[in-house]
Amino acid sequence: MAPSIDASKATRTVALIGNPNTGKSSLFNALCGMNARVGNYPGVTVEQKVGRLVGSSMNVDVVDLPGTYSLAARSADEAVTVNVLSGELANQAAPEVAIVILDATNVERNLYLFSQMYELGLPLILVLNMWDRVESEGLHVDADLIAKRLGVPVICTSANRRRGVNELRVAIESALNGKQLPVEASRSSRALYPEAFLEESKRLAAWLETQGHRLPSYRVDRLIIDSDGHFQKMLCQSGVSEISKHIEESRERLAASGCRVPMFETKVRYGWIRQLIDGAVTRKESRSASPSDRIDRWLTHRWVGMLVFVLIMFLVFQSITLVAEWPMKRIEELQGIASSAVEAVVPSGALRSLLVDGVISGVGAVVVFIPQIAILFFFIAVLEDCGYMARAAFVMDKLMSSVGLSGKSFLPLMSSFACAVPGIMATRTIENRKDRMVTLLIAPLMSCSARMPVYILMVSAFVPATRYLGGWVTLQGMVLMMMQSLGAIVAIPVAWLLKKFFFPGEQATFLMELHSYKWPSMWVVYQRVWERVISFVGRAGTLIFCTTILVWAAGYFPADHSKLDTAVGNLEKLQSQQSELVAKSEQAKGAEDESAVQAKVQELQVEVDQALASVNALRSDMIESSFLGMFGHRIEPLVRPLGWDWKIGVATIASFPAREVIIATLGTIYSLGSDENEESLSLQSQMQQAKWPDGRPVFTLATSLSIMVFFALCAQCSATLMTIRRETNSWRWPLFSFAYMTTLAYVGAWLTYQVFALWG
Amino acid sequence: MSSPIIRLDELSVGDSGTIVEIVGNDLIASRLMEMGLIEEEPITVIGKAPMGDPIEYSVRGYRISLRKTEASRVMVSRQN
Repeated sequence: MAPSIDASKATRTVALIGNPNTGKSSLFNALCGMNARVGNYPGVTVEQKVGRLVGSSMNVDVVDLPGTYSLAARSADEAVTVNVLSGELANQAAPEVAIVILDATNVERNLYLFSQMYELGLPLILVLNMWDRVESEGLHVDADLIAKRLGVPVICTSANRRRGVNELRVAIESALNGKQLPVEASRSSRALYPEAFLEESKRLAAWLETQGHRLPSYRVDRLIIDSDGHFQKMLCQSGVSEISKHIEESRERLAASGCRVPMFETKVRYGWIRQLIDGAVTRKESRSASPSDRIDRWLTHRWVGMLVFVLIMFLVFQSITLVAEWPMKRIEELQGIASSAVEAVVPSGALRSLLVDGVISGVGAVVVFIPQIAILFFFIAVLEDCGYMARAAFVMDKLMSSVGLSGKSFLPLMSSFACAVPGIMATRTIENRKDRMVTLLIAPLMSCSARMPVYILMVSAFVPATRYLGGWVTLQGMVLMMMQSLGAIVAIPVAWLLKKFFFPGEQATFLMELHSYKWPSMWVVYQRVWERVISFVGRAGTLIFCTTILVWAAGYFPADHSKLDTAVGNLEKLQSQQSELVAKSEQAKGAEDESAVQAKVQELQVEVDQALASVNALRSDMIESSFLGMFGHRIEPLVRPLGWDWKIGVATIASFPAREVIIATLGTIYSLGSDENEESLSLQSQMQQAKWPDGRPVFTLATSLSIMVFFALCAQCSATLMTIRRETNSWRWPLFSFAYMTTLAYVGAWLTYQVFALWG
Repeated sequence: MSSPIIRLDELSVGDSGTIVEIVGNDLIASRLMEMGLIEEEPITVIGKAPMGDPIEYSVRGYRISLRKTEASRVMVSRQN
């Protein structure tokens, strides 16, 4: 609970509901500032978002309901909205007023949801958002006339320009102060339902009452209209198993009397809407070819549209890889500066190791993702707000539907080739829950940039530099390309299997609204980027940080570090002596004792090298006798079939925070220190010389390919897993991702090793 | 006078039709109707995606994209 609550006043609750893409989240942010409390409704994947109305003398909680086209309750996810509105959820107070937001440029279709809301008996406020665009779309909307016909206050807003927000706040307050009566049932579209249906609904309600269930009429109606809907299932579960029989009979009687269920509902509602807007919404001219349509003709054109799409995606991808590189490098530099600062002050020991290898690298591991997330969501917000995002999905849909997804999955998956973290966060743009989950679960299979160092190290050390076709094609390049595409190829059957076994049920629909193009609002873009960055740092970031600390502890304890600490102390003393001497030799340039000083420098250099070697050797011992090392030895039988020794096993486990960590860990294990990178020749040659006890080399072509395949398919990236946790609001899915990807990686690596070991 | 009844996905770009029926009783049919595709409603084909599917339509004053499989559930009579 927020600390600012004034105890003398009770907290009042209002709900905000509307179709997708009506500017609902902008309006929510305009009403509540950007401090929403985000959680999850129990049992479903629907996000629960609650904010506090700012600038009000009352304590008002605004519940932001998920964007929806209808209040039908076919699935559990859909039913949540109805349950929230009727106050049936344990952890959520019943709203006293509902704000229904409409796209003022598309009043007719948007009123469908409103017509359902109108039957719930709640006091309503109707918001006509995007009011600033009504004129330019050639429309005339008479808000007063609609308000009069409905008996509901109508507020015109332009949430992206924060216009009309004050009027809405006043309307909310006066509605809460009881100045507004609930809507009259006789005005609702239910009054227009066929007599036969109303009779059946009454009959079913009466029967349910005999069973001890008193339901509002909207729920009883839904029982009859939504075949096999969520409310029916709930009643069956609570012991009213005869309900299905009664519903079936009702439907049969309705069919006999000529009332078609469920068709009549939509027909009646749209009929009611036409009456309501007759004379209140008029189009000034026919929009046969509006400016937006003219733009669309090119942007969805067979060739031009494709080209524009490819160019825009190229720009996005280049930005999240190349443009993000600069700030990411600076973050790494800052990490280095912070580490040296700590090393200068804190003596070698557990505290220094915790600060440098735990805290600083943990913070770095979180902050390093911010540039990519911010850049990707900048583009997503701009493309969504200007209306192109829906066209991009439109253009790509055919291709993506061949793997059972929709066009909306393209951008998240493409972004995952740079990094799965922003890619997974981008799956929020997919409204269909199943498509979103499948996309989110296969996104980590896309070959991200953190896999590249692993491939480069293995390829340059162990794949022969054979060239084909007159030197134009290299074997190394081909192996690299295969590794880069392996994940995406494997993702195709995985997506199919996930759809088939984990998210079965009705066929997904791809009905998508295509809004007119407009200039993006920088306020909306700013909100979007800020919200995503904060949500990543605050939620996923904390978990990523904790994982780094845990893995650090596993690699540090319980080994006795006293020898190492002395050796490091010794090395640092020698190094400072050396730098003093070097400074002195600079001064002594040209002086007579120059050669004597030079000789001393060289002498010291030998000592420093020896000290460094002993430190590196001790470091390697420390990791071997840590929990991590013990665990690595323990699981050696498990990784042997992959052609790995315990060192590779340890390095792989240590790379759980991030894949590229395997290189630093291999460097430490091979007594080279942790500063080794993928192009390090000394690491390559150490690995080439590594032997099994019987003298065979550890790293063969088969082993290195098996490592690469493992890293292509595994989920060794805590940031990805924690982002999945954050985005699905459940531990189930990160655990599932880890389990399925590790299995895939293990089987893939095993097959690779077995095949190539046979080949020799 | 009455023109032949065809599937919505058979209309060409620029053509208009009047919805005659939504075939089926399932989720797709319900969704189409909720989005305002109801009997007697006029509908116009605005354009097709580069790969021919999905198709953009204008109905009730807004633009909606439907996959061919969805559009084929809508029966229309062609208008001139």
